[in-house]
Amino acid sequence: MTEFTPIESTIGGILIGLAAVLLMGLHGRIAGMTGILGGIIPPLASDWAWRAAFLAGAILAPVGYMVVTGTPAPFDVPASTLGMIVGGLIVGAGVTYSSGCTSGHGVCGMARLSRRSIAATAVFMVTTFVTVYVVRHVIIL
Amino acid sequence: MKLVSAFLIGLVFGTGIVLSGMANPAKVIGFFDVAGSWDPSLIFVMLAAMLTAMIGYRFVLRNSRPVFEREFNLPGNKVIDAPLVLGSTAFGIGWGISGFCPGGAIPALGTGRIEAFIFVAAMMTGILVTRTFRNMRAQQLRAA
Repeated sequence: MTEFTPIESTIGGILIGLAAVLLMGLHGRIAGMTGILGGIIPPLASDWAWRAAFLAGAILAPVGYMVVTGTPAPFDVPASTLGMIVGGLIVGAGVTYSSGCTSGHGVCGMARLSRRSIAATAVFMVTTFVTVYVVRHVIIL
Repeated sequence: MKLVSAFLIGLVFGTGIVLSGMANPAKVIGFFDVAGSWDPSLIFVMLAAMLTAMIGYRFVLRNSRPVFEREFNLPGNKVIDAPLVLGSTAFGIGWGISGFCPGGAIPALGTGRIEAFIFVAAMMTGILVTRTFRNMRAQQLRAA
């Protein structure tokens, strides 16, 4: 479905890791999207300003990509609108209970060898593999 | 200064997400779809990000405090409990259905594509509803 891109993906991964290190060294924070986003959803966290600034930077990244490369960032959605809505609701509920997602648990927590993050990452990776298998090959949504 | 710094770090994070392919649901599903035409790229993203953070954290956590704040804000909870496991399970189901995780979906908004906006709106609704429900239950437990 998509091309194997080991070089771009490794460079991208290094940048994600670098952002995590900078956010810790400068702001003392875990670079987890769930946590950062949670603080700008009512009730607002008292320190919402830096969170909003971080999110603004993240949202502008595809624009930067387009300016530099002259092509839009690759984007293709192999799921229906219903899949986006249902998926979004479940992700929102799930990460609220698990207190983290791929960035917070999968990258930052794993890097700190946190037991909770290692468990969370193992659970969501396995569940995602199973879900994709079911949704793509058993009951096609 | 603090806000400029957070903005630029967000830009680095988002650029990493876009370059790596995490903001592209087709790429994410291509990784998890081992029974389809498998694209192993995501394993490179996760390993590169984790190893970079692991090495970098060693250096920055040696400082007594972060540059802009009084102290490091590190999660202290060590208990693997039901909310963590069930929440992660739900997250995996939603990620598998949509191909979006929160860290991929937020930068994807910058592509201007409607699917990203629909997903993020649904996800924020999910967070808001879950939080409200959890607070209500906590209040009921306190009252009882």
